[in-house]
Amino acid sequence: MNRRDFMQLTGLSAGAFMLPDIPVFGRNVAPEALLDNAIDVATKKRLADAALNAATAKGATYADIRIGRYLNQFVITREDKVQNLVNTESYGVGVRVIADGCWGFAAVVDAKSEAQTAKAAEEAVAIAKANAKLMKEPVILAPQKGFGEVSWKAPITKNAFEVPIKEKVDLLLTVNSAAMKNGANYVNSVLFMVNEQKYFASTDGSYIDQDIHRMWPNFTVTAIDPQSGKFATRDSLSSPMGMGYEYLQANPTDSVKGITTRYNMGYDMLEDVTAAARQAKEKLSAKSVEAGKYDLVLDPSHLWLTIHESVGHPLELDRVLGYEANFAGTSFATLDKWQSKNFNYGSKEVTLFADKTQPGSLGAVGWDDEGVKTKRWDLVKDGTLVNYQAIRDQVHIIGENESQGCCYADSWGSVQFQRMANVSLAPGKTPLSVEDMIKDVKKGIYIIGDGSFSIDQQRYNFQFGGQLFYEIKDGKIAGMLKDVSYQSNTQEFWNSCAQICDERDYRLGGSFFDGKGQPSQSSAVSHGSSTTRFNGVNVINTGRKI
Amino acid sequence: MAILTKEEAKKIIDKVLSYSKADEMSVALSGNRTGNIRYARNSVSTSGETTNLSLSVTAVFGKKSGTATINEFDDASLEKTARRAEEIAQLAPENPEYVPMLGPQNYLETASFAQSTADINAEYRAQAAFDSLDPCRKKNLTAAGYLEDTAGFSAIGNSKGLFGYNKATSVDFSITVRTADGLGSGYAIRDVNDVSKLSTKAATEVAMQKALASVNARALEPGKYTVILEPAASVDLLGNMMRSMDARNADEGRSFLSKKGGETRLGEKLFDERVTIYSDPANIEIPGSPFGGGGGRFGGGGSDGRPQEKVAWIENGVVKNMYYSRYWAEKKGVKGVPPPSGFIMMGGTQSLADLIKSTEKGILVTRFWYIRAVDPQTLLYTGLTRDGTFYIENGQIKFPVKNFRFNESPVIMLNNLEAMGAPQRIGGNLIPPLKIRDFTFTSLSDAV
Repeated sequence: MNRRDFMQLTGLSAGAFMLPDIPVFGRNVAPEALLDNAIDVATKKRLADAALNAATAKGATYADIRIGRYLNQFVITREDKVQNLVNTESYGVGVRVIADGCWGFAAVVDAKSEAQTAKAAEEAVAIAKANAKLMKEPVILAPQKGFGEVSWKAPITKNAFEVPIKEKVDLLLTVNSAAMKNGANYVNSVLFMVNEQKYFASTDGSYIDQDIHRMWPNFTVTAIDPQSGKFATRDSLSSPMGMGYEYLQANPTDSVKGITTRYNMGYDMLEDVTAAARQAKEKLSAKSVEAGKYDLVLDPSHLWLTIHESVGHPLELDRVLGYEANFAGTSFATLDKWQSKNFNYGSKEVTLFADKTQPGSLGAVGWDDEGVKTKRWDLVKDGTLVNYQAIRDQVHIIGENESQGCCYADSWGSVQFQRMANVSLAPGKTPLSVEDMIKDVKKGIYIIGDGSFSIDQQRYNFQFGGQLFYEIKDGKIAGMLKDVSYQSNTQEFWNSCAQICDERDYRLGGSFFDGKGQPSQSSAVSHGSSTTRFNGVNVINTGRKI
Repeated sequence: MAILTKEEAKKIIDKVLSYSKADEMSVALSGNRTGNIRYARNSVSTSGETTNLSLSVTAVFGKKSGTATINEFDDASLEKTARRAEEIAQLAPENPEYVPMLGPQNYLETASFAQSTADINAEYRAQAAFDSLDPCRKKNLTAAGYLEDTAGFSAIGNSKGLFGYNKATSVDFSITVRTADGLGSGYAIRDVNDVSKLSTKAATEVAMQKALASVNARALEPGKYTVILEPAASVDLLGNMMRSMDARNADEGRSFLSKKGGETRLGEKLFDERVTIYSDPANIEIPGSPFGGGGGRFGGGGSDGRPQEKVAWIENGVVKNMYYSRYWAEKKGVKGVPPPSGFIMMGGTQSLADLIKSTEKGILVTRFWYIRAVDPQTLLYTGLTRDGTFYIENGQIKFPVKNFRFNESPVIMLNNLEAMGAPQRIGGNLIPPLKIRDFTFTSLSDAV
């Protein structure tokens, strides 16, 4: 399920089927079932050993098993109504092997016996052997040491699944009420909570138990002008986070005040929706932008998506190599550009790094889905392309002998493959506030929040919208604009990067629904940045009449 | 086991309903077997097959509902699931928009199942992939493709006597062929219910031809051009428009069908008079589901049991129908049709070649990519051309051109209609190739 489908299902998209069904995440269960104890680690180890031994006995040279329990909870409301409460659980086992130099994978739902996991392992070996005939060359797997029996738990302080449903419903209905009081005509709001309990074991000697939590509160406020028949929306400035319910604990010291409040690790939903209702109305009468070149000042709540599309995706090695050619596409950032050691991805200001460790980020885990310890590494250093994102069976292609630890599967039933790490823009090294940045801009636009997004299949040409657009004239904010989108080319855009605010302004944005693969898998990923200035970017006017 | 007969399905559903202590209870039972094979860089990358059978029970007390799901089918498990749904319903908040369940319905018979597709196995998939890979390898071209086949059934029933059953099969195939130097790329996509109508080799040959013909593309200035959109190009724009025809959104003032004063454009001529779009689950070319609110490949929605029937959405350019949830239909006092499972745009008799021949200057577009909404008020979308974009002059394809980004609304596009060819099946819909004047390209892309 991609973001668009989710928005449609939850009624957050104005053009959606307003039918809040959530059909695809697993079986429906009672809320309290989400708190049931999962299978204990000793049992998981027995199930895992049965699979690994069965695979080896059938001739596998490598095997891994993922035992996963995936929990989701959605609370979906509009105005004064609860539209839906959904609790889903999905449990099963996926076994991946290498036999005759080829990958094989088999999965089984609700596997709770050693006989079941062993049978899945045998099926995986049989599939590997059958497909080996179609292979041109055998899989080369980077070596990986075993870690023994280890565990990792997301550093949350309040498990969202332990918070009573009533408290969540009350929060959303309070939020909706604030929106309506402040001039909204409609408001849709959602709490979306995820818990992945996953156990990984491999023939390398790792037995890794991990507990991952994610949380996304969000809303869309709609304002309508009956006179003109126009409508405008403002989405929440929250981010999906690798956090528990503590994300909803407002923390004024961890937010950025200004023309509108923006949030870091503590989100004040009530404050944001109050501003959103007023801003949606203000959008209706905002000035339509004059197309042309502008200096853009991009808030982290907006820039994350531009980083995601124009840096995260083109630097995925499987795309560079052509494995996604029939779907997500390939990449302009070809191996020869990386090999040249002087490909100018951006200006000297630009250092972009991949990371699977930042606390609170969506990508943070202790080990990836093939048992590799996670880390941080540079992709673009001082403007130059220096690395990609790769996993165990690819990393030899870029001359490394250790995976970067960004392998992920969205379910026990999906085969793990290379997925985007958190990819972030390093903050500026010299002290710079947003106010000081704006002071220097003669003709610019300040953009907050993510909106429409589109990029070509090799990640050159892109177009982005946003939630809030403010005109900057001679160093001052001169009022709200509408009908704004900017178009650029990845290399040109990052080379127009002139200034980056310092680390005090560094915040995360992100997506629950990064789609890739056939059949498509969804992955959650964060992108951090500080407010950043790009000079002379082409802005178009998207106003039309029908 | 994954595909139960009508009788087997009814027996299980009746059994669950016999355990009901709720005011109302509905049961949805579905199962399928789906398989796939994926290849890239001229080699198979992944392949798999999964089977699913699952039962979902919804219990209702007053306006409170709860759902429980299970995949075990002994009597004790069925009863436990009914009890579980009832417990969840008792705990749920009231839904003021709840509408009582429907009684018995008459459903159309649709020809959505083909045994040939249900019989697909791993050898078939490997051969289908080989038929696509082999010609590419021989011509030093690089293939990346994906084939997915599904055979399944869906049954619904409730405590008011409603029962429906449908079996369906589907196959989706897509292929991207690139030249070894990365300067040319071509694409083809096919979908069928009956796999005997699919040739992966023939589709691959189209993609190969486009890959070879698209090498060394020249840059044209962005601007307004006459375009010929192949169905693979127009399907997403038209599909997005059809998905935006929700009556409640229009009535609430937040749709392209809203207008000032709280009115809607229902009954207004909004498009060129040659534009007629309807849905018909019994159409033999795109047989759809006889029930369900917009399920299947058209994108989500629940199954509330309303029958799918033939519906005119746009007729001679006039908006004839919007789709309704049962709640909104009741509130508005109208019959309220559900969203369709696929749509049919009427066209002409000309082939794509005929449309090219009659074009003085224009651009032929194979497909669009990464289409996203820019403005829901005007249905403005942006996206890019991909995998085969060509300049036409004096009725002939002259040379390949670099890909463009567009910013265009399907509403404006269907007012700028020049000509239409014979409809073709694409993504569960029937769409003609369209010749459109003044299509807005706003920038160039270097992507191949």
